[in-house]
Amino acid sequence: MKIIVCIKQVPDAKDVRLDPKTNTLAREGVQSIMNPYDQHAVEEAVRLKELLGGEVTVLSMGPPQAEEVLRQAISCGADHAVVVSDRAFAGADTWATSYTLAKAVNVIGAFDLVLCGKQAIDGDTAQVGPGLAMRLQIPYVTCVQKVREATNSGLVLERMMDDGYDVLALDFPALLTVVKNINEPRVPSLKGKMRAKKVEIRKLTAADIGADPAFIGLPGSPTQVVKVFPPEARCIRTVFTGSLDEQIGQLVDSLQSYL
Amino acid sequence: MDYFLSEEQEMIVEIARQITDERIIPQRAELDEKDEFPRAILGEMARADLFGVPIPEEFGGFGGGCLDIVLALEQLGRGCIGVGTAFAASSLGIYPILIAGSQEMREKYLPDVASGKKFAAFGLTEANAGSDASGIQTTAVLDGDEWVLNGTKQWITNGGEAQIYTVVAITDRSKGARGASMLVVEEGDPGFSCGPKEKKMGIRASSTTELIFKDCRIPKDRLIGRKGTGFITVMKTLDSSRPGIAALGLGLAQGALDEAASYAKQRVQFGKPIMAFQAVQHMLADMAIQLEAARSLVYGAARHIDAHPNNMSKVSSMCKVFATDMAMKVATDAVQVMGGYGYMREYPVEKMMRDAKILQIYEGTNQIQRNVVGQELNKEYTRA
Repeated sequence: MKIIVCIKQVPDAKDVRLDPKTNTLAREGVQSIMNPYDQHAVEEAVRLKELLGGEVTVLSMGPPQAEEVLRQAISCGADHAVVVSDRAFAGADTWATSYTLAKAVNVIGAFDLVLCGKQAIDGDTAQVGPGLAMRLQIPYVTCVQKVREATNSGLVLERMMDDGYDVLALDFPALLTVVKNINEPRVPSLKGKMRAKKVEIRKLTAADIGADPAFIGLPGSPTQVVKVFPPEARCIRTVFTGSLDEQIGQLVDSLQSYL
Repeated sequence: MDYFLSEEQEMIVEIARQITDERIIPQRAELDEKDEFPRAILGEMARADLFGVPIPEEFGGFGGGCLDIVLALEQLGRGCIGVGTAFAASSLGIYPILIAGSQEMREKYLPDVASGKKFAAFGLTEANAGSDASGIQTTAVLDGDEWVLNGTKQWITNGGEAQIYTVVAITDRSKGARGASMLVVEEGDPGFSCGPKEKKMGIRASSTTELIFKDCRIPKDRLIGRKGTGFITVMKTLDSSRPGIAALGLGLAQGALDEAASYAKQRVQFGKPIMAFQAVQHMLADMAIQLEAARSLVYGAARHIDAHPNNMSKVSSMCKVFATDMAMKVATDAVQVMGGYGYMREYPVEKMMRDAKILQIYEGTNQIQRNVVGQELNKEYTRA
């Protein structure tokens, strides 16, 4: 069983600021982490490998520092790591990113399953997973909350919906995006951390994956960000005083005024 | 302070810290309240390879030394020394095999403990044999190809949860201290059972029971080392394990200081955070000073033990006394800084104060440790 997990390095949400001049994310001095949804994708891949055998390759498109999250994935049980990095990828939107990742997946070679986090916490689009599946011409299921059954030929899954969940079966090859309640990511192991320190990370450039320059980076991105702005903070604070009963009474009155 | 840890040691700290922050701290109050053994957390530690830290690489471990295990236990102790004790007791239980066991015995037992698949426990204490280990009444008599054990061990950590027990029994009463031997008893051996879980003041996540032997028959090859070397193995085992207890004290004190200092920053009285009052600042400063002094001693002792494994008794006892007395004092002062809130079960320092007390009692009371240090001094100054 060959599994590829796409992961992204993102700024820690606890630490995010906007540059007021450019209205872009201020990344300077902000701690970078593995996108939290992707941690669950890595964990699910490692569990499937432990169950069925095979190997897990983690793939990230990003600056050379993306190596950090790839090494973190190795410490949690992934086997191989690939970073796709090139100045020409800068400014990619989800369209260009899914093209680039698809090209990289083709270079990595045969696979049964591609796993992605549902979305990244910086862009929040949830488009790259499905986009990648379309580029690879394989079926996909988004928002997977549970793998019910797993064999070497396919999976039975639960897809989270607003009002419950769907149960779906699909054959490999396929792509899934996962939500956080699919599992609890493990703490890295000591042997994993030691391996992560030494492991060689395969580096691929735009030329290595045979990318058409018109389809990558800013030139390949139809999305134009016209304006980014922090929403105006709206906060009305009311402090209730008096005995507990009086405070509850005031709270109920206050809530009723909104009905 | 920078203690110049190696890259591997930093990794051990990172892993133990993550388990402590993400798994132990959110669950410790519930484990304490319910007297619940932390199986899931220990499983996570096993998966992270922490049980392998003190076990040689040839048996599936990491081949770490005293400082490596100290660093892991310090982090775990910051969260809950009940969980830390359950973890540490498994190492304690296999030290006799590591120290004196045959190659076959090591191959049989160490890999499963290194992987966390099995837990171990150490059985020394009895109703009439605590500080005075020579009062042991449990006997082991050779009958053909089997040892037959009779007697009861008391207050054994990991009792009922472990699968491997290393037990001290008298094999020849006429020889006194040279008449004791250590043997391996396994869960399920005929005639072996564990008593009910004891109800304790603290470290309630850990399991403490009697081990009961009624004509318990085990194969002859379960003897650890040679017959009559039991006490030597016990002493070496405790010398090796005591810095780990000191490390639990460091962690507990760090946790208590963290709670008290952050409380003092936000608690406002007389119009100011109480951190602004010198009376409180001095208490916190003393806590921090004593903690750092203890940490320096424990790390120093651990490095000494790793470099001089045949000369460890004195430093091992010194660091155990100093760090655990410090932990009791710091935990008590943390409750004092937090006042009425500190005394409430909603806040973690109440549990830390209850937990801390055991550190001064188990693995040799702090009075016995002072005896060890005193006797070593007596020897040193006789020679001089």
